Amino acid sequence: MEVGKRNNKQREEELDFASIPKNSGFKETFFRLCRNKAAVAGMVFLVLLILISVFADVLFDYQTTCVDQTISQRLQWPSAEHWFGTDEFGRDLLARVVHGSRISLSIGVAAVAFGLLVGGILGAVAGFFGGMVDNVIMRACDVFLAVPMMLMAIVIVAALGASITNLVVALAISSVPTFARIVRSAVLGVRDMEYVEAARAVGVKTGRTIARYILPNCMGPIIVQTTLRIAATISNTAALSFLGLGVKPPQPEWGALLSSGREFIRDSAYLACIPGVCIMLTILALNLLGDGLRDALDPRLK
Amino acid sequence: MLRYIGKRILYMIPVLLGVTLLVFFIMHLAPGNVAAMILGENATAEQIAELEHEMGLDRPLLAQYAAYLGGLLRGDLGTSYTSGESVTAKIMACFPYTVRLALVAAVVSVLLALPLGILAAVKQNTWVDNVSMVISLIGVSMPIFWLAVMLILLFSLKLGWFPVYGAKSWNSIVLPAISLGFMNMASIARTTRSSMVETLRQDYIRTAYAKGLSKGAIVIRHAFRNGMLPTITVIGLEIGQMLGGAVLTETVFAWPGVGRMMIQAINGRDTPTVMGCIVLLTVCFSFVNLIVDLLYGVVDPRVRTMYR
Repeated sequence: MEVGKRNNKQREEELDFASIPKNSGFKETFFRLCRNKAAVAGMVFLVLLILISVFADVLFDYQTTCVDQTISQRLQWPSAEHWFGTDEFGRDLLARVVHGSRISLSIGVAAVAFGLLVGGILGAVAGFFGGMVDNVIMRACDVFLAVPMMLMAIVIVAALGASITNLVVALAISSVPTFARIVRSAVLGVRDMEYVEAARAVGVKTGRTIARYILPNCMGPIIVQTTLRIAATISNTAALSFLGLGVKPPQPEWGALLSSGREFIRDSAYLACIPGVCIMLTILALNLLGDGLRDALDPRLK
Repeated sequence: MLRYIGKRILYMIPVLLGVTLLVFFIMHLAPGNVAAMILGENATAEQIAELEHEMGLDRPLLAQYAAYLGGLLRGDLGTSYTSGESVTAKIMACFPYTVRLALVAAVVSVLLALPLGILAAVKQNTWVDNVSMVISLIGVSMPIFWLAVMLILLFSLKLGWFPVYGAKSWNSIVLPAISLGFMNMASIARTTRSSMVETLRQDYIRTAYAKGLSKGAIVIRHAFRNGMLPTITVIGLEIGQMLGGAVLTETVFAWPGVGRMMIQAINGRDTPTVMGCIVLLTVCFSFVNLIVDLLYGVVDPRVRTMYR
């Protein structure tokens, strides 16, 4: 028995040797992506934004700039001292937007990561096994997809109560069925390829076959969808906060900033304009990157 | 064809059952005692228990669900916790406003998107193409509620052309419809462009040119009809999204539709009204999807033969 097991491992290693060298596809895709100016612009913006949100505490101290109120400085238009102006409590809007990027980005990434993980597993299982399992999972997804994503998130947050964790849960659940569908159809596309058959023939276990041989070969559509989904999730986060169902006011999430700035729109329009522009640019950058990735990964355009 | 429609409607039943079950249980996850909330702070435990019994809230959740479903089949969505009115009547008063808003927004988006998408495809890789695709990219990326706030700022507060909120005068629908339609315009235009680009490369288009047909006739009669399928899908999906997006637009503009009522009901913890709104919007969404599928057959004879 022991000998047989080792043999299977060895055979699998041989199988790896025969396959294409790792990363070659990645490099090629990356170079193709870099030829797309719009996608590069989106990528540069996102890298900057991530750096800003990571080093938010170095740029602006949270307590003194985002929490402490200076009533004498309230509602000042943008100036050299306060680049984005100040809000109704005299807090610097730039500092709040910078710290807000942290909240908006992490909610978007966390919710999509969670949705991708759960949806990915469900979709891979459904696609790989087919039959009854597939039917049950996909019909459950149909039920979730029958409710528009935004409504689903609203219902979940309304039931669980408005908090960042619940927001992430709600947005993640509402993106599970989409990911399940995409991963399932991607898995169906490669399930019957010869290399999968070869892996099975040498005795690779089912879970390992899915993780090692099937998923890496259907990453294209998954990566593209993940990028676009993060964009949609950031937008929905802002929308839920705007409705008062997401992040609550003292915390500087972009949608919440926009929502509280709306009251002062007549005289201090910048309070609602600037957070909106930030949301828009971030989503635009993610969309540009997503579109670029789609073109770069599409073999028909090679 | 009729058999196909029948089959599709039958297929909707389990999905809608699943949706009501799902939403019902999610809504009942909400912490807090409904009866205690209705009676206020001074209620005694006995009063609370009595009201719970009266409302059927002391029964097992599944029994409550069965009762709800029974009511639903008779068109009875229960009574509102906050106002005591029939939820069906409340929703029916708001529903026409949402339908009107969604329809006007859909017309706005299609009227803007089709010319933009077709023009971009015909003039592929020129400045016309670039400009129209930049417009639609911005449209996709713009948060709908932000656009709504900006429209109010410009057209209501600065220029004073349209009312800020409400649905009192005939022109109050203009800004909500534009803000709801603009986002959808973008994705419809993008889809139209890419499907038209693909269609214009086909051999039969070259044949049409070789026959000496005018460019206008080729684009409209040959390319557009064939390139329509993806566009119709997206229009359908977008109308579905509008029902969700309407929640935001209606809230910003205080438009008295179902979406705004739902948010008010959520804030007031009025579960039956929230349930009613979700069920109604989901039924609409499913019907829109069904209509889209059926439209395929109208546009594309190849699809029509598959129904038989």
